[in-house]
Amino acid sequence: MDIQTLTFIIVGLTFALYIAIAIWSRAGSTNDFYVASGGVHPVMNGMATAADWMSAASFISMAGIIAFAGYDGSVYLMGWTGGYVLLALCLAPYLRKFGKFTVPDFIGDRYYSQTARTIAVICAILISFTYIAGQMRGVGVVFSRFLEVEIATGVFIGAVIVFFYTVLGGMKGITYTQVAQYCVLAFAYLVPAIFISIYMTGHVLPQTGFGATIAEGVAGEGKYLLERLDGLSQELGLAAYTSGVKSKIDVFAITAALMVGTAGLPHVIVRFFTVPKVRDARRSAGWALVFISVVYLTAPSIAAFSKVNLINTVNGPDLTGVEYEQAPSWIKNWEQTGLISWEDKNDDGKMFYSGDERNEMTVDRDIMVLANPEIADLPAWVVALVAAGGVAAALSTSAGLLLVISTSVSHDLLKRTLAPNITDRQELMWARIAAALAIALSTWFGINPPGFVAQVVAFAFGLAAASFFPAIILGIFYKRMNSTGAIAGMVVGVLFTLAYIIYFKFVNPAANNADNWLFGISPEGIGTLGMLINFVVSYVVHKFTGDAPQATQDLVESIRYPKGAGHATSH
Amino acid sequence: MAFKSEELAKAYWRENIGLVLKLLAVWFIVSFGFGIILVDWLNQITFFGFKLGFWFAQQGSIITFVILIFIYIKRMAALDNKYEVHED
Repeated sequence: MDIQTLTFIIVGLTFALYIAIAIWSRAGSTNDFYVASGGVHPVMNGMATAADWMSAASFISMAGIIAFAGYDGSVYLMGWTGGYVLLALCLAPYLRKFGKFTVPDFIGDRYYSQTARTIAVICAILISFTYIAGQMRGVGVVFSRFLEVEIATGVFIGAVIVFFYTVLGGMKGITYTQVAQYCVLAFAYLVPAIFISIYMTGHVLPQTGFGATIAEGVAGEGKYLLERLDGLSQELGLAAYTSGVKSKIDVFAITAALMVGTAGLPHVIVRFFTVPKVRDARRSAGWALVFISVVYLTAPSIAAFSKVNLINTVNGPDLTGVEYEQAPSWIKNWEQTGLISWEDKNDDGKMFYSGDERNEMTVDRDIMVLANPEIADLPAWVVALVAAGGVAAALSTSAGLLLVISTSVSHDLLKRTLAPNITDRQELMWARIAAALAIALSTWFGINPPGFVAQVVAFAFGLAAASFFPAIILGIFYKRMNSTGAIAGMVVGVLFTLAYIIYFKFVNPAANNADNWLFGISPEGIGTLGMLINFVVSYVVHKFTGDAPQATQDLVESIRYPKGAGHATSH
Repeated sequence: MAFKSEELAKAYWRENIGLVLKLLAVWFIVSFGFGIILVDWLNQITFFGFKLGFWFAQQGSIITFVILIFIYIKRMAALDNKYEVHED
């Protein structure tokens, strides 16, 4: 059977499974639609959080970016895992005790202000939307490859499927489907990594394999893999793989923005409202990170292996280039999507990849994970499995984000603010309309992406870091913080970050380099500065406007210990 | 009020904050410290084919994060019991 047929079968089977689960546990009431009745076991919740969390950015894009950026790619690895430490230690247990459905609910009640709630709703929509715009590109990459169509068509098909899928079930459906999706995506991520590790180094564990020596019969045998990669990079005019080129302050800022952003992401935080107890909220965060680490500890090894393999297959073992006529089938397959291309600059009929003027290959970073099993010549079913995993990753996160957007619009904006008299039924209808609009807009961004998937997603984290994180942290740990301070902080923080990103990405992209950046911080890392500004503005404004009322301070006292935590409520 | 006295409530919160700060110190040292600030210096050391700083940035920090959260879960459960503010 060829790769395409197998992909259809495996993607089709996994899909049927998710939809079956979604229908089986179909959302009945609005409560079910939002938080699954607060009755999900911590290990299950951790697994679902992991699936929710690991999007197309983690599954498809991250290892590819690391493959090309080497050490600099570590920002994603540390950033997207380190945030869980903040989440578990500083946020999850307290928010669970607080017992509200959404982040804007927390902000609105803690800061006893309708304005604060509305601003939080707008921030949540903005963050989720940026995030989902990145996802659509990832979905498109998968579909364009296995349907063998142009990337734009792939994005379009993916969007239709994601929409159909989210509207079928709410959170309850999503929690159990996400458990299934985690299993599919983790399996799909590990299998090719293990195969390749055994082939390249003889190690079963890819985590130790990429630090081992290259096995017999593979180019560069006997040498340490990373040493060989550094050597190859140097010969080809690329930066050494293990050291990178980004400035230290930028690496620091991006890592911090991703970590703090993780702890401020509304669709992740909402997960910790769905467990029965405060203790379970802590455990859920721990288990989520365990399941995430399974993939994140494997990603850097996939990155290193695929980079070596890419160089070997394009440039040949003697580094003189391989005849295009004899190019392996994966290159031709990916050429159809427009995500890989070859331009014979020196007319020798041979392909060549390098970091200098000899380079003839354009390779989209986002294809590396999907192409990896093909590059390493693994069996067709492995290639198909990876496609299924990519679909699972993109679907699970998109569904979670769409849910946040639709909840924010129908529940927070309409029901709680603009139109309090709407019925449950109307609320659900508005939720679906909001999801449809969000999908339509993000499809456009999927076709015209402002960056690689993981980079676009990084902007969403920057926005979350600059808006929610300080407001929540101060809300829990500084009981005297008042509404004026928190509102001012959120507004200034998010506007500063948004303006910086829009300026360098859309208004004046030509200026997007280290010379023009503020303190040498790139748009991906600017959320860190936005967060600091938010903290400072909140504190200063608070100093001039007096403490929060006593009732609020008592409320904050009461969320600091677990005893007496009830079910999450909407009012 | 779940605590028997104001002092106990304060003591519980103080112990909680102390634990969180200790764990966050480790969190910071391993990722921002070993993985970013000291990475070049640590890269002079190689073990099992990895440069040490690079290893911390791509593997070591993640492993440490997982351990930190589970220490927190365990210690907080003990703390809740000690002050009798655990859930039923």
